[in-house]
Parts: sequence; structure tokens; C-alpha cells
Amino acid sequence: MNDFIAQLLEANGHRKTRLLAILRAIQATYFHIPKEAITLLSRSLGLPVSHIISVVDFYSFFHSTPRGQYDILFSDSITDHMLDKQSLMNYFSHQCQVGIGQVRKDGRVSLDNTACTGMCDQGPAALINGYAVPRLDRPKIDLIAKLIEQELPLAEWPETIFQVDDPIWKTGLLLNSRLAPGESLLAADARGLDATLNEIDQSKLRGRGGAGFKTALKWRLCASEPEQERFVVCNADEGEPGTFKDRVLLNRYADWLIEGMTLASLLIKSQQGFLYLRGEYLHLFEPLQAKLAERRLNGLLGDNILGKGWSFDIEICLGAGSYICGEESALIESLEGRSGIARNRPPYPVTEGYLNKPTIVDNVETFIAAAHIAIHGGNWFAAQGTEQSSGTKILSISGDTPQPGIYEVPFGTPVAAILEDCLAEDVLGIQVGGPSGTFISNREFHRRLAFEDLPSGGSFIIFNKQRDILEIVRNFTHFFADESCGFCTPCRVGTILLSEQIDKLYDGYGSVGDIVALQELGHLLKTNSHCGLGQTAANPMLNTLARYPEIYQSKIKFPHFGPGFNLDEALQAARKIAHRDDSEAHLSQSGD
Amino acid sequence: MTQTFMLDGLAIPFEDGQTIMEAAIAAGHYIPHLCYHPDFTPYGSCKLCNVNVNGKICAACTFPAMAGQTVISESEEQNRDRQRITQMLFVEGNHFCPSCEKSGNCQLQGVAYHLKMTDDHFNHQFPHREIDASHPDILIDFNRCIFCALCVRASQEEDGKAVFAISGRGINKRLIINSDSGQLKDSELTVNDRATHICPTGAILIKHTAYQVPIGDRQFDHHSISEVSMDQDSSAP
Ligand SMILES: Cc1cc2nc3c(=O)[nH]c(=O)nc-3n(C[C@H](O)[C@H](O)[C@H](O)COP(=O)(O)O)c2cc1C
Ligand code: SF4
Ligand code: SF4
Ligand code: FES
Ligand code: FES
Repeated sequence: MNDFIAQLLEANGHRKTRLLAILRAIQATYFHIPKEAITLLSRSLGLPVSHIISVVDFYSFFHSTPRGQYDILFSDSITDHMLDKQSLMNYFSHQCQVGIGQVRKDGRVSLDNTACTGMCDQGPAALINGYAVPRLDRPKIDLIAKLIEQELPLAEWPETIFQVDDPIWKTGLLLNSRLAPGESLLAADARGLDATLNEIDQSKLRGRGGAGFKTALKWRLCASEPEQERFVVCNADEGEPGTFKDRVLLNRYADWLIEGMTLASLLIKSQQGFLYLRGEYLHLFEPLQAKLAERRLNGLLGDNILGKGWSFDIEICLGAGSYICGEESALIESLEGRSGIARNRPPYPVTEGYLNKPTIVDNVETFIAAAHIAIHGGNWFAAQGTEQSSGTKILSISGDTPQPGIYEVPFGTPVAAILEDCLAEDVLGIQVGGPSGTFISNREFHRRLAFEDLPSGGSFIIFNKQRDILEIVRNFTHFFADESCGFCTPCRVGTILLSEQIDKLYDGYGSVGDIVALQELGHLLKTNSHCGLGQTAANPMLNTLARYPEIYQSKIKFPHFGPGFNLDEALQAARKIAHRDDSEAHLSQSGD
Repeated sequence: MTQTFMLDGLAIPFEDGQTIMEAAIAAGHYIPHLCYHPDFTPYGSCKLCNVNVNGKICAACTFPAMAGQTVISESEEQNRDRQRITQMLFVEGNHFCPSCEKSGNCQLQGVAYHLKMTDDHFNHQFPHREIDASHPDILIDFNRCIFCALCVRASQEEDGKAVFAISGRGINKRLIINSDSGQLKDSELTVNDRATHICPTGAILIKHTAYQVPIGDRQFDHHSISEVSMDQDSSAP
């Protein structure tokens, strides 16, 4: 192990900021982070043991006890469940003789759940040793089980198992455009850098990651900081359940993204960029590295770009299973090799970001839009969309549609038109913008996709009339509880309490007071939490409670007061211990 | 000209760089708090100090004071939310006050009295947490930790040691100790460290000193935390 770690540290330049990359490699080799490794890292990196443990503890892909040689994580997105995920997971569990949440005795295989893996267009999906496996079905599971029993290394598995598709159903302004490598940089140079930033301003481009901050303004603020060392960061964490458009963009249009980041580096005068890639997209890591290498070779990245004396390079940093790391300041913490806990703001990243230096953090799609605007000008972009939401939006559509995939539509498009595009029928409601966004009912399909009406970072999950609202809410609420960073009290404790309350209703033990309690708790989370995660964690419940109060009411068995659990069931353990099952050992539920 | 903001209808002067909390304390106004301490870098985790700033809820201990702000702290709404947040802290851990040495001197308890909290409101989580009694002079009962990170900060910023860290995520958050064994006895903590004395609750206790002051004669038995805190925070260096 000493040699392995020494080499690993060498390869990572003994940088503390590379802690996640180092831990990823250790986890992949030893199936956990051994205690000796932590001690070794602590000594050589000069970090307290407790710091390293806290990072291992924080990210869900790191483990302090060994996982199986083949570690299988089933994606737990609501869309996976709609595609029969649970029975497939049970089938897998049976075929591989491994319990859910467990490691098989021989250490060969382990099985667990993980948050949405960004494959909602081709679920049910899983990760095997971090690599995406979409479109699971029984024959595929049989094959996987066989390969595991044969102990065949992952690299020798048939490629079809890992085949990820890029279903693009509708293209628009951006996806219909072309961009030759270097074209936007030359265009910016010809137009002048200030004039190019003015064009981006003119385009009224707003951030595509969800919050919709004006991109030109963000870049200007960063560029005007007196500190000269500045950073360009691309947010490719794409953790919002139901979002996968960045996955497709990264796979198909990596050149455009790198071009956009390089353009940004010219505009804010930065020499170093980072691409923060969610751990779930491990399969994209090598192709993206190859793309960076190709651009370096072609003089489009590195020193003296296009012979113009510009210098800029990009490092890819992989996440390790944490939704909160999509929040820009948590992302920066993660880039620095720490747990992803959102910072107190102000200061904002544009003034104190990576290593407390001015930093812009932008979504993949934002950089791509900027690159095209540099060529075609601001008016080209602003000609589409609405007054406050210019241009187009690339949507990830999943759920109950025969055509799940990518759709590029102008901002301002009514929901009804989007449903027509994707041939969705018999629709009950739509989760727009993912669990943190808005749930709309089928009485709201006239509403428009726009920051001023229905904002969306790209997630658009369709539910038909056979779906159970409370099951959807339950899935989303548990997602937030699992992903809460736990820094602040309202979110750390509130998301758990909220999950318990929803479960109680779902399981049929709700009483009248529970709905009021839900509302109160939801409001508390929304207003008092530290960051966007806690502030939106109650949205699924609050949105659906406002739209379908009757569904919540119908779940209440006890109109006045009732026990919050099944009394008889609670006695089961005691009966087992006492070896009794007579009528005296049972209790009837009051109100039954 | 001094700049001011409005706190519950009163003009509060402040200097550039001051937080709302610092300016309020300097002007003699108490804002309930647990993770804030004037000697250490503001952290902002407990959210007890949340105030309404121009319509938005912000943590007073981390949010900068700015001219023209309208800040509401002592409203029914704010105090109701604070009571709920305090109740969350209680149900999250295992706080059996009658058998706790810190009772009467505990700030969590003090804040609960101040906010007139009479029940726990939420479901208890009853987490399973071990006690670390390995150190000859100091005891840690993790059941009472509220993750305020004051011990973490005191150890780093004043003792220059980094004995503590907060680990884990979500409800599985836990306080850990920086030593190869993970035990307190193998850490650098000593009884004279600031970190040993900073805990607002009964999580970090000093051995051999229990009940020297009888229950009934302790800090919050006779004075509200608002008075005690104003005395201590404003006299800090
Ligand atoms: C909990 C949370 C998760 C987020 N996840 C993402 C994400 O996966 N991708 C993203 O681009 N933005 C995400 N954001 C928004 C970022 O904080 C930030 O606003 C965005 O990266 C800015 O880029 P833009 O201006 O290009 O949208 C998230 C925000 C929160 C609060
Ligand atoms: S730490 Fe405070 S609140 Fe917790 S048990 Fe002790 S006295 Fe009670
Ligand atoms: S032990 Fe005490 S001081 Fe340390 S984090 Fe827990 S409650 Fe705060
Ligand atoms: S714990 Fe992260 S928002 Fe509160
Ligand atoms: S005192 Fe401000 S958040 Fe704890």
C-alpha cells in the first residue's frame, strides 16, 4: 500500500486539493478507504486524520468498510421506480445472492441504492464500480451476474452493457448551429474582448443551471476584481433528479463546452479552469480527457492558444456522490478537497471563490451558449425566447413519454406544446425543474417555460394518471434527506422529520394534525435553511399539497387523533422473543 | 457619519465589516444564538440567530450589516421559528437534562427557557452515540453535541491544535477526534485548552468537577440567557 499511495500522491502533485481524486483511486483499488491509507495520507499531505475521515464520511462513494469487488448501485430516481426498478433490484439480489445494502460473504459483490444517476431517459440504471449501466432488464442482469461469477475484470465486459445513448428529439438555436474548433475565440478576438462581453450582455443570456443569474454581469463582476488570479469553473455536477442534458452535451458537444470555457478565460483573464464532473459520469472522464488532449495538440488549449499568446488550461475533477456539490460554493469546497458544504454568502464566488480567488461557476449549457453568441452576436440569441428569458432551453424529458430524451425549445414555450412534442398522453402532472422546482398539475399546461413563470435547469419529469402523487413526493423528500449536507439545523433535522411525516401519511397512519404539521415544517425549511437544498426540500410536498389537498386528506385514517404507527406490528419483535402468538399477545388498533 | 440599520425599529450603528450580530451586541441587543461566539470565526450552522433582513431570512451571525437594512428579530414569527429549531436540536440528540451535569449552565437549555419551549414538538430520533471517557480529565458525551463547531474552532483558532472535526453528512453528522485511535486520550486535548471549555451544551465535560455548584444555583437558574449572554459577549476581548 505504501508504494501505491506514494505513486498516487506523486501523480497528484501532493496537492491537498486533489484529495477527492486520491480517495477515488484508493476506493477503486481497495474497495474502501483503509485506515492505514488515511494515516499515510494524513502524514504526507499534512492534513489532520479527522479531516480525511470527514471527507470519506461525507461522499457516498467513499466507504470506511470494504464494498464488494463488484459494487452495484441501483439508481433510485422516481423514473427508475416507474420502470420497475424495485423488482429488477430484487431480481439482481436473488441472482447474485446479495442482500440490498449488503456485501456478499465472499466479498465479491455488494448491492445498494444511489441517487438519480442521470440516466432517466434510459433507466432503470445502475452503476457498476462507478460505471453507468443503463436500460437494465432481466437478460442484462443475468449476463452481469454471470460475468461477476466468472470474476471477469470490468474492462473485459461486453461494451454493450455500458452503452449510453444520446436521444436528441428536438433541436433549436444552439443544437442546429455549427462551431469549428477555435471559431468563437477568433470571432471574439476580431470583435474585441470588451465588445464580445457586450454581445453576451446584449444576448441577455442567463445561467442555465437553474438560478438564472445574468452571465455577462457575473463575468464582469469577476473580471473587475483587483486580484489577478481568477478561475473558470464549469458546473457539470448535474445532480438534480431528472436532468441529463449536460450528460448529452458533454458527450456530443465537449468541443463547444471547452471553447466556451476558453472564451470565458479570455473575457475574465483567467489561466486555469476546472470541469467539475459528477462521479456518476465516470464513463465520460476518459473521452473528455482525450478531448482536452486533442485541443492542446491543436493549439486550442494550453500555452499560446492559436498563436495569440493566450494561456489557459482545464483540469477535470470528479465528484464522489453528492448532490449538494452542484451548489456553486459547495462545489468550490469540493474542488478544494473538502466536504461539500455551502459557504456563507457574501462573499460570493466572483470575489472569493476557488482558493478564495475570484471565480466564475457556470453550467455546461451556459458556456456553450456563450461560445455561440461570440460568433453570431447577442441579437441572434435574444431573437428567441421572452423578454426576461432569452434564447432556448435544452430540456431533459423523462417519465411517462414514449420519447424520453433531449428537447431544445425556445424559452416562453407553453408546457402543452412541449407535451405535444414528446407525445405524452393522459398526463396527471409534471415536475418542472426537478424535485427542487415546481410540480404542476394538468390544469396548468398553459404555463410557459421561463424564469418569470416556470424556471427549469432542464429537468422535466412527466407523470401519467396512473401515478401515485404521494409516492412521488416520498421519493423526492427522501432524496433531499439523503443529500442534505447536514450543516444547518433546519435542513439536517427538518429533512428527516419531513420524510418521517410523509412516510407516516403514505403508510396510512396520518391524523388531521399531520397536514398542518407538514405545512409548518415545510415553511420552516424553505425560509430558515442555509442553502438552496434545504430551501427547496419541501417543495414537492408543498406544491402537491397546494394542488391536491384531497389526496393528502384521503390518506388520513384517523380524523381526530390516532397512533402514529401500527401497535400490533410494533409488538412483533417482543412476540418473537417470547415465542408467543396467542391472542393475548396481540393488540387491536384503536379506531380500527 | 456613522452608518445605521434598523433592528426591531431601533437604529443600530455599525462599522464596515461588522455582522448584524456584532453590531446588535455592541448596541446592547440580544439575538438568540448558539454557534456564535465573539472570539471565533462566525460559522452560521445552528440558525437560531436567523433574522428577517428586508424580507429575507439571514443568519445574523454571518450576514454583514449594511446601511438601510430593516432587520426584524424579536417578532412572534422569528421566535416561533427559533423555538422549532431549538426543538429540532433537542430531538436530534439525546438530551436527558435531569441527569446532565450541565443542566442550569447549558446554553441549549438556556435558549429553550428563553424561547418558552415547553415540549419537544417533533419525533425523537434517539440516535445511538457512544461516550468517550478515555481522557483522564475530559469526558465527551456525543449524545449532547449540537454540531456548533465551537470546539472545532477553539481548538484550531486559539489552541492551534485541530483536535476536533465535524464529519458525516445529513442526519449522520458526527463529531470526531483527531487521533489515530479516534479516542480523546490519544489526542492533544488538555484540560486547559480553550476547546475544553467552550461547549455550549453538556457534550464536553471536565471530570472531577461535577456538581460543585448545586443545581438551582447555576447560571440560567436565576438569569435568562439573554442577560448572561449580553454580559459575557460584550465583555469579550
Ligand atoms: C442544491 C443545489 C444543487 C445545484 N446543482 C446544480 C447542478 O448540478 N448544475 C448546475 O449547473 N447548477 C446547479 N446549481 C446551481 C449553482 O449553484 C449555480 O447557480 C450555477 O452553477 C451557476 O451557473 P449558471 O449561472 O450558468 O446557471 C445547484 C444549486 C443548488 C442550490
Ligand atoms: S446538553 Fe443541555 S439540553 Fe442537552 S441534556 Fe444536557 S442540559 Fe439538557
Ligand atoms: S462538542 Fe460541544 S462545542 Fe463541540 S460541536 Fe458539539 S456541541 Fe459544539
Ligand atoms: S444542511 Fe445544507 S442546507 Fe442546511
Ligand atoms: S448563532 Fe448564528 S447560525 Fe448559530
